[in-house]
Amino acid sequence: MADLDLPLRQGFAPDAGISQALPDDIPITLTINGERRELHVRPWTTLLDLLREDLSLYGTKKGCDHGQCGSCTVLIDGQRMNSCLALAVTKDGCEVTTIEGLAAPDGTLHPMQEAFIEHDAFQCGYCTPGQICSAVGLLKEGHARTPEEIREMMSGNICRCGAYTNIVDAIEDVMAKEGAK
Amino acid sequence: MDQSPMFETPLFETHVGSPRNRVDGRLKVTGAAPYAAEFTAPDLAYGYVVSGAIAKGKITNIDTSAAMAVPGVVQVFTHQNRPRTAWRSGAYQDEVAPPGKPFRPLYDEHIVYSGQPVALVVAEDFEIARYAASLVRVTYEAEKHQTDVAKVLGEAYVPPKKRSGITPPPKPKGDSEAAFGASPVKVESEYRIAVEHHNPMEMHATTVVWEGGGRITVHDKIQGAQNSQSYITHVFGLSNDDVRVISPFVGGAFGSGLRPQYQLFLAVMAALELKRSVRVTLTRDQMFTMGYRPDGVQNVALGANPDARLQSIRHDLIAGTSTFEDYQEATVNWSVMLYRCDNATATQKLVKIDTYTPADMRAPGAPTGLFAMESAMDELSYKLGIDPVQLRLRNYSEVDEANGKKLTSKELRAAYQIGAERFGWARRNPVPRSMKEGRELIGWGMATGAWEAQMARTAARAVLTADGRLEVASATADIGTGTYTILTQIGADALGLPMEKVTARIGDSSLPKSPVEGGSWTAASAGTAVRLACDTVRQQLFKYARGMDNSPIANADLAQVAFQGERIALISDPSRFVTIADAMRAGGVDRIEAEETAVPDKLVQARYSSYTHSAVFVEVRVDEELGQVRVTRLVDAVAAGKIINPKTARSQILGGVVFGISMALHEESMPDHNLGRFMNHNLAEYHVPVNADIHDIDVIFVEEQDELASPIGVKGLGEIGIVGTAAAIANAVFHATGKRIRELPITIDKVIGTKETA
Repeated sequence: MADLDLPLRQGFAPDAGISQALPDDIPITLTINGERRELHVRPWTTLLDLLREDLSLYGTKKGCDHGQCGSCTVLIDGQRMNSCLALAVTKDGCEVTTIEGLAAPDGTLHPMQEAFIEHDAFQCGYCTPGQICSAVGLLKEGHARTPEEIREMMSGNICRCGAYTNIVDAIEDVMAKEGAK
Repeated sequence: MDQSPMFETPLFETHVGSPRNRVDGRLKVTGAAPYAAEFTAPDLAYGYVVSGAIAKGKITNIDTSAAMAVPGVVQVFTHQNRPRTAWRSGAYQDEVAPPGKPFRPLYDEHIVYSGQPVALVVAEDFEIARYAASLVRVTYEAEKHQTDVAKVLGEAYVPPKKRSGITPPPKPKGDSEAAFGASPVKVESEYRIAVEHHNPMEMHATTVVWEGGGRITVHDKIQGAQNSQSYITHVFGLSNDDVRVISPFVGGAFGSGLRPQYQLFLAVMAALELKRSVRVTLTRDQMFTMGYRPDGVQNVALGANPDARLQSIRHDLIAGTSTFEDYQEATVNWSVMLYRCDNATATQKLVKIDTYTPADMRAPGAPTGLFAMESAMDELSYKLGIDPVQLRLRNYSEVDEANGKKLTSKELRAAYQIGAERFGWARRNPVPRSMKEGRELIGWGMATGAWEAQMARTAARAVLTADGRLEVASATADIGTGTYTILTQIGADALGLPMEKVTARIGDSSLPKSPVEGGSWTAASAGTAVRLACDTVRQQLFKYARGMDNSPIANADLAQVAFQGERIALISDPSRFVTIADAMRAGGVDRIEAEETAVPDKLVQARYSSYTHSAVFVEVRVDEELGQVRVTRLVDAVAAGKIINPKTARSQILGGVVFGISMALHEESMPDHNLGRFMNHNLAEYHVPVNADIHDIDVIFVEEQDELASPIGVKGLGEIGIVGTAAAIANAVFHATGKRIRELPITIDKVIGTKETA
């Protein structure tokens, strides 16, 4: 976990007489993986870039920066969302869960993480954090009941390695175990 | 137990051959696996690439003043102020470069393709670099360009210099023209595929960490750390000691990471010049400004007798390449290689167009060529009135028909049979348009796949330490292929250790020499190298064990013991054993280290060809009114020698199959030839399959023994899954609709607009 007191990016005073002034930082509060953080962010910084570049939470991936691939999926107040499409300032006060926040503090993996390993539901691993966050969000939504519905509702997350059938198997497995509880 | 003649002693297989979870799985599912753009450094600067707007011509002016005026901008690099680099274009030639003069970023004012990098803005943070990049004003003097292969077919030429490592088209056999003319049954048609861009999920990126004193550590998205290292040293005049490339994780590549991409040059240039750490990440649209699977015009002509025996095969290709390099891949060879036929000719020519040089993309050439050939075979089967599988069996060959060599193994016949059985092929009504359910036509099609089983010279090191842990290391890569896992399995079995006590290290230029990871050769090559290094460690360890005082295995030789359960035990009496720890203690050492190099057997190569094969069976459902095609069921029966890890191996094939479905139905980089540019440069308009597009895929590994393809019996799996898949889908679409679509991808317009021919 990044040091809470770590200053965000180096500041640089705009030189006098230069026209290209930068926007001012805006203070926001985010709870990230259970930790409350007071942050100063520029209005043009996406939640994705904030997580990766300022907080070193590189588990959330950038695959397109256009909301087209789902690699950057995180859970915002429990709902899955493309963090590249959200400006960080618009999420003031929100709770954000990233892939780094899914496992228990003692390192015990989330059942979805376990299922992804067991079903070999990834290859290169780059889309995987987004797939897992999306799958966790999917289960919480409770709409998907059949493999066909899982496929449809997981279609916002592209896997170029083609692990789709294993991803569906992993999600079905977790659904079945949760249903059995 | 494996008993390859190359190894002195047999191996007891606990892990090899059994399904194992990926050893890097935990890192990947927790987001802890670091990719190229995820290494940090103090005082890291961010580079953002400005892409050129024209396809051909020159830059007349670059105004960087507005960009430079943005607070936080460190420097804007252009061809006018770039630091000196090697002047010889040969210095830019990487390990897998085709013949020609490689593209040199920011070299001069000339523009040779659309999207060419024209400037790099370096700033204190990412958003500032991105914003300042938008302020760089470039003016151009455009020249007339040509990006349409079809318009320049008359200029086709045979590449004067063959690309190293690529088998050129085979010599003609017999007289295919006369035989075609005399054949009572024939088919002849033209085939096209769309240009495709690799588009791995991770965009190309490089983080260069400035270590001071002119030394850098580079984290590059690359399929071979040593390829990037040697590119950097040659281009920037550095020594291997100055440059270390560490790329432990690669977020997919599929060939786009074989050659260093331009962000590597730009990031290293900026870091050396600014003497600070720099990261350059490309955008998704810039992922369309690099190599691609080339489009081409293919012509296939087949002649046969009424008994369904092939009399003539002809396959001609004219493919695009850049103006500066002659990219070549093996496309037409497969048509001659696969089937018994006395008269066969295959030719391959190039035309120059104003794009970047095409690049190897998953099974380069094979799915392109076999889409045409296997479509033609399907068409021929209808003309002959014979089942498509039977036609292939009727012309089955036990040798490499391209050169007459024997094959190291070929269980393709079994693949046809087992695949057909699993699919239920016998229930197929051969008549097109005969199967229907609801509003959907159902089609069953099949095709053959093939890929070279190759081995490349690769070194590996094994280090066993007193704590009973083993490290195996080679400078190869894992791009999602499972290299980490299979090397761990091989190392564990070689010394009888649990996998938890074995660590595989790869993706680092300082490790023993390895070629790029590609061509499906890594498992066979790095796997053999690891096995050899471990064998040397075994021998040393055994010597210590046998020589210890009152050794329970004092009279045994190496062939009489088993390395299992962290012990060296007599095979005949496992109660007599020495633990690894005791053996090392007896030898008075705290580590045993060995480095060995796996080299392909020249004698075997002279006498044999080696291929993986597959039989692909597909069900499609076509909604004719909507023109929509769905691949609802697919069986891929693969014969690829020994399977080290059935779990990750299956994933390899699944991935290849999805790539094949994508090739058949989705992927298409759409050029606007007026602009000379690919227009759909994003993942919303460049279609790849999403989860809902992929249904039932059944992977079968056909039993295949092969002690010649590689000493560990492995043939490789990265490519074979895609080969034949697109052809099988096109054939299934014909069976469903009676429409023969000869141009990929099979999109709605083609399904609706093509006339029925059956």
